[in-house]
Amino acid sequence: MHKTFVKIFLIIAILACFFYTILPTYASENKLKKASFISQWVPQAQFAGYYLAYEKGIYKKYGLDVDIINGGPHVSPCDSLEEKRVDFINIGLNTAIVARANGLSLVDIGQLVQRSALMLVAKKSSGIEKIEDINNKKVGVWTGISQIQALSFIKKYNLDVEVVPQTYSVNLFLRDGVDVVSAMWYNEYHTILNSGYDADELTTFFFADHDLNFPEDGIYALEETVKSKPRFCSDFVRASIEGWIYAFTHPEEALDIVLKYTKEANIPANRMHQKWMLERMQDLMLINNGIEISGILQEDDYYRVADELKNAGMIDTIPSFNAFYKYCGAYYDEK
Amino acid sequence: MMKNRGITFKLIFFILTSCTLIFLLTFGYNYLFSRRIIIKGIEENARNMTQLTVNKIEATLRPIEKVPQSLAFLLEQSLCKKEDLLRVLRSLVENSPEIYGAAIAFEPYAFEKDALYFAPYCYREKDMIKSAYLGGDAYQYFYLDWYQIPKELGHSVWSEPYYDEGGGNIIMSTYSVPFYKYDGEKKVFKGIVTADVSLSWLQDIVSSIKIGDTGYGFLISSNGRVVTHPHQDLIMHETIFSIAEAREDISLRQVGKDMINGKSGFIPFNSLVTGSSCWMAYEPIPSTAWSLGVLFPKDELMAGITRLNWVVLFLGIFGFLFLLVVIVLIAGTIARPLRGLYKATKDIGTGNLDFDLPVIKSGDEVGKLTDSFMYMKESLKRYIKDLKVTTAAKERIESELKIAHDIQMNIVPKIFPPFPERKEIDLYALLEPAKEVGGDLYDFFFISEDRLCFVIGDVSGKGVPAALFMAVAKTMIKAVAHELGNPDEILERVNKEIYQGNDSCMFVTVFCGILDLKTGKLCYANAGHNPPLIIKNAGSVDFLNIASNPAIGIIEEAAFTGQELVLLPGDAIYMYTDGATEAFSKQRELFSEDRLKDDVSACKETSAQRIVENTIEKIKDFAKDVPQSDDITIMVLKYLK
Repeated sequence: MHKTFVKIFLIIAILACFFYTILPTYASENKLKKASFISQWVPQAQFAGYYLAYEKGIYKKYGLDVDIINGGPHVSPCDSLEEKRVDFINIGLNTAIVARANGLSLVDIGQLVQRSALMLVAKKSSGIEKIEDINNKKVGVWTGISQIQALSFIKKYNLDVEVVPQTYSVNLFLRDGVDVVSAMWYNEYHTILNSGYDADELTTFFFADHDLNFPEDGIYALEETVKSKPRFCSDFVRASIEGWIYAFTHPEEALDIVLKYTKEANIPANRMHQKWMLERMQDLMLINNGIEISGILQEDDYYRVADELKNAGMIDTIPSFNAFYKYCGAYYDEK
Repeated sequence: MMKNRGITFKLIFFILTSCTLIFLLTFGYNYLFSRRIIIKGIEENARNMTQLTVNKIEATLRPIEKVPQSLAFLLEQSLCKKEDLLRVLRSLVENSPEIYGAAIAFEPYAFEKDALYFAPYCYREKDMIKSAYLGGDAYQYFYLDWYQIPKELGHSVWSEPYYDEGGGNIIMSTYSVPFYKYDGEKKVFKGIVTADVSLSWLQDIVSSIKIGDTGYGFLISSNGRVVTHPHQDLIMHETIFSIAEAREDISLRQVGKDMINGKSGFIPFNSLVTGSSCWMAYEPIPSTAWSLGVLFPKDELMAGITRLNWVVLFLGIFGFLFLLVVIVLIAGTIARPLRGLYKATKDIGTGNLDFDLPVIKSGDEVGKLTDSFMYMKESLKRYIKDLKVTTAAKERIESELKIAHDIQMNIVPKIFPPFPERKEIDLYALLEPAKEVGGDLYDFFFISEDRLCFVIGDVSGKGVPAALFMAVAKTMIKAVAHELGNPDEILERVNKEIYQGNDSCMFVTVFCGILDLKTGKLCYANAGHNPPLIIKNAGSVDFLNIASNPAIGIIEEAAFTGQELVLLPGDAIYMYTDGATEAFSKQRELFSEDRLKDDVSACKETSAQRIVENTIEKIKDFAKDVPQSDDITIMVLKYLK
């Protein structure tokens, strides 16, 4: 019953992205509602949908006056949410579960990325062509929560490796300081490609292909916001999804806007990298032969991630799925 | 198609085609060869220049490396105090103007047992040198490239260039040297000594490279990231690979790989600034493993040779046109008179000799040909004029001869049978005239009731005189015959008469006979004529026995022997002139008296006419196409009763 309702909505949402001008505009009826949003990292195509929703007036169409705040290495979206400095954040599912388990009452109101983009990349020149070859090698693993999948992978295949903490760059890998590096398919992997390594010179291991699919980016709000202003949340999610659809259907325009954001934030960026990122986000987000954005968090996906986090000792108890997830992609009446 | 063209066209076509081919070959070879030489020169120059710039960069980088290296060495030898470290760093930055900042970063708890982070750092801020301690939750330096990479690699490295945010947005690179504590054989990693270097001086060096108006240099890091470039937007944003991806240029990607792999080269390359085609020389910078590329704009460097080629091409085209004019003129001087001569020849063909010839002043072949033509024209004119006169005269003579011939032919009797009422005889005669008027004659007439006189003769010579002579002789014979009645007497008288008026010394052979139809007695006399044949009714054919007498008109007092013979009924006498026996065959063979006799003997015909016609046929068969040279006269008299 619930799923059917969602599907019907999604079809409407997709149609709306092409014909949104014929939908009723909330702006003309009500005063715009203030909303703020923070992305989990510096401006890049990973957040193109939000920028497009803003730039193309989609948020306004849904009656929202959104303030987009850039994330970065020194910004914690969860802290911002907890301190109520923002209404909505975009973070990965694992980060969100840890935050919820640690007492932050955030709610997943739209699970945009269904597939994990996290992967391990190795150079064939260092003799790594299959999983066993990773044995006795130095593996770069991100510090913090992002290490879970890599560590689970190592454990799962019983690999004997030297784990080297990895932060923002893949330079250690490029300089042969490590043999295997953690990478996001849409980001670091392309950085490696554009540092002079051809795809056929690299061996890749997607965690999603090894029963370690951690859905990633989702939209979160505080539980109290979801309860008190469901329509507000639903409008934000729906507008954001529409922004994403628009970005995927107008990639060049989307890239222009993304590059405008990177330039304003003084972030080194190039169009080809952002193009790659946008295309990979499309691969990760679109389902049903690439025509829809689901927005739904599957329960088994949730427990897979939560179990791994618990096993890794990142959390003590697994928050209840129903408390954690409340899909706000559909229309909710305020009353 | 070509063979029907005029000389002018052929000359122009073949000479210009050949010249164009020669010119293009020469030009092409010259172009390619000179181009190759120039490119080779450019390449040499480019490599030298690039190498020179690399050396300049190295000369700056290498001394900088020495500073943290020395400090690392010092730290490995002795453990300094906290205050000493800052002081050393401060003096180090103070005394090395090219160093922007320097740090000594220790491993966790390596300097002080209770300090996770310990990393004193001195750096420039405006004109001051400031100091700080790095490290903290927000700055876990252990995981940063400048720390982690040399640590993991175990040797000193230059970091990737990075923006120093807040430091004035300059591009920096950090040289990091790891240092260790030696515990006997064991080597324990203790930390990293760094020297930050602003890369603005590097940008100055590279941007000072100016080749022509648009040539430039650029620097990429070991990851291919653009460090310096005249196109500011590329710096730190793009890598050579992302540019290759954007340009969908696989070869550029390969160039990038070669560059970051420490190779050097010289390749064609399109400028990222102007888009114009260039050459690019690239050389690695050994210390940082970066790579310097220098672009040499093709069109500017090739401007000289291009201009030269244009001039050569222009000269070639000018020469081509000049040659065209010259050939047209020369061909004209040949072809124009030839055309005139050609037209003149056509005129001659139609019989018109009053044509104008082109005026040629030159003494060459064409001039001589024209002169010859002029001479030929005049000769032809003269000849034709003469020919007209001659032809007119000849036509007149021929017409007169024709008349003479007709007259001659009319003199001899031509109605057969001449005496149809006389059944005693069958008489037939034929004079087959030669082309010219000849002098043969025959006649027959009764001199009394039963006596038939007949005569055959041949005048010497031909033509009108012979015809006239023949007419005279015939008339005279007829006149005398009636008076005298004996052949010998007749011939004697006629001889005498003719001799007297014969100033031109002509003569005529005559056979004259008188046949008595009642008795068959034949009296006859011969004056130098061919002996007739006697065809006996019994079948034999023989030459008539004739006395040897001169021809008429030679000797005044000549006597002619009279002879007699009796013809039996059915006997015939066959008379002829030498035109018959002296007819020639193709093989210059005479018909001869013997052949005549044989033919007559073989002839089974009985009528006089048929016997004559038979001989004529035989002679014609014998002579075939050989023209008849003399009159042929044959007369047959057959005695029937």
